[in-house]
Amino acid sequence: MNAAWPIVALGGLAFAFAAFSVVIAAFTGPKRFNRAKVAAYECGIEPTPQPIGGGRFPVKYYLVAMMFIIFDIELVFLYPWAVAFDQLGLFGFIAMMLFLINLIVPYLYEWRRGGLEWD
Amino acid sequence: MTPISVVDIDYVALAPVIIVLVAAVIGVLLEAFLPEAARRSGQLLLTGSAVALAFLTVLIVAASRPFGPIAGGSLMLDGPGLFLQGLILLTSGTAILIMADRRVDPGGDAFAGRVSTLPGGEEEREVSRRGLMQTEVWPLMLFCIGGLLLFVTSNDLLTLFIALEILSLPLYLLVGMARRRRLLSQEAALKYFLMGALASAILLFGSALAYAYAGTIEFAGIAERISERTTANTLVIAAVALILVGLLFKIGAVPFGQWVPDVYQGAPTPVTGFMAAAVKVAAVGALLRVLYVPFGGMRWEWEPVLWIVASLTMLIGSLVALAQSDIKRMLAYSSIANAGFILIGVAAADQVGLSSVLFYLLAYSVATLAAFGIVTMVRVPTGEATSLEQWAGIGRRSPLLATAFSLILLSFAGIPLTAGFIAKFGVFTAAITAGALPLVIVGIVASAIAAALYVRIIVRMYFTDPVSASAGVASPSPLTVAGVGLGVALTVILGVFPQPVLNLVEQTSIFVR
Repeated sequence: MNAAWPIVALGGLAFAFAAFSVVIAAFTGPKRFNRAKVAAYECGIEPTPQPIGGGRFPVKYYLVAMMFIIFDIELVFLYPWAVAFDQLGLFGFIAMMLFLINLIVPYLYEWRRGGLEWD
Repeated sequence: MTPISVVDIDYVALAPVIIVLVAAVIGVLLEAFLPEAARRSGQLLLTGSAVALAFLTVLIVAASRPFGPIAGGSLMLDGPGLFLQGLILLTSGTAILIMADRRVDPGGDAFAGRVSTLPGGEEEREVSRRGLMQTEVWPLMLFCIGGLLLFVTSNDLLTLFIALEILSLPLYLLVGMARRRRLLSQEAALKYFLMGALASAILLFGSALAYAYAGTIEFAGIAERISERTTANTLVIAAVALILVGLLFKIGAVPFGQWVPDVYQGAPTPVTGFMAAAVKVAAVGALLRVLYVPFGGMRWEWEPVLWIVASLTMLIGSLVALAQSDIKRMLAYSSIANAGFILIGVAAADQVGLSSVLFYLLAYSVATLAAFGIVTMVRVPTGEATSLEQWAGIGRRSPLLATAFSLILLSFAGIPLTAGFIAKFGVFTAAITAGALPLVIVGIVASAIAAALYVRIIVRMYFTDPVSASAGVASPSPLTVAGVGLGVALTVILGVFPQPVLNLVEQTSIFVR
């Protein structure tokens, strides 16, 4: 248990700092609200078009995100495999090819079912 | 530099899982390249033959391969694992038969033509006018079945978690795809997803604590560390508790099964049958392995917990089932109660308990699949007649269907000459031998409560006059007839001649550690 005390202390400090900041900001900060203050600032963009009045999000953005994940995951695993190619040998090569085939399948699916057509 | 050591993989022993998962990937390719008109038949052919081939492979593996760790120790080939794999493929195959039926619903099969259309919108009407059908359900089913097969044989905590995710993610989607009452179905899918994600996280956290305690994720290694301990350790107790919560969630035990009625009610009925049968079989299988193999040395710690959970599950499941007016919710609570009876056998924690649980799973899963298959056939013009009031007088219009349903209900109630009796007798005997008499008394009380419920439904089917809104019985295709017929036939056969299967479960019920 003794070994865990630094972690507990660090957690406690972090919590205390967060709580202190929020409380002190509420008391000392100026309160001049305007439109810009409630807008998203450097943490995402305004969704467009907005799903107002029961409307729906266009699924296109989601498809782009899925496509990004397909290639992003591919890269994340390809890079260390390339670095350790010698040690991994034939088994590593076959395993990686199977992995790539598995990643190509959703790409083919998206392409054939019209996921790449923007309109 | 020296090459890394390559893990030794027994591909024959792994074949059932490989067949199902490769078929699932091919299914995705079929979705991409087959013309729309040919997709449904292509997918059905692929799914059906993959499950049948995997089942045959399980038999071949059982007959020919030596038991022991396979795939570098990530999976374990042993009697219970193979029995459960076979049972999962049997129940999945039956569920696929019922899912493939497109005659009971005049609109098509049980799934929405295009899940992306707004419920009640113009697009949805257009889709149903053109008679479009969703064929992605079949690859999703195959992925889910592959996950189930891995789940019951996983031999370390990480494989357990990955198998859980492989089986859960397709299920969340399948739950939300119902053709009728789509909003209810989508609500069920969202509830199941949120609760399931939380349960997965809890299971993963428990696994992390177990690793922190034992320094290994392999079941055998954890068992060794636990056998070496001299005092109780908070870390490992917390780990077992969290892993138990994660697995009991999937089993649907009280108090972790609050999602069961809502999800079972909202999901397309064949999918509900699949969840109540195959998924529950796999979850119990994983619970058995986790409790007996890595944490078997701590049975004095987890047994009392299991006693309380089993008692609550049986009593609350049976009592609340009495108050239901919807047939799917009633069957959901009945499946919760059955999970409680299964947990009695798990709590017995010995070989007799294990074999009784395996038999119970077989008897319960085939009966519950047939029950949900029958629910798909009893219809009013707008969909399935799920309100129990509409079932009045079904026995006079369709004696065969009512007889089949009565047999299944009697099996759930544990009446002699049905499989349910042998199964309940088995778990009660195992529990008494293991010294869990109070649990058996609770079980008998719960059985009596449940029996009253089932008899009430039988009375409603046969001895109540049909009301004006009463349901009719759709004429099913041979697929549903085969699925339901198999379930009913096994229920009777296992009740009258249980000995061959009892011998089988007795021989298989030893975990390789």
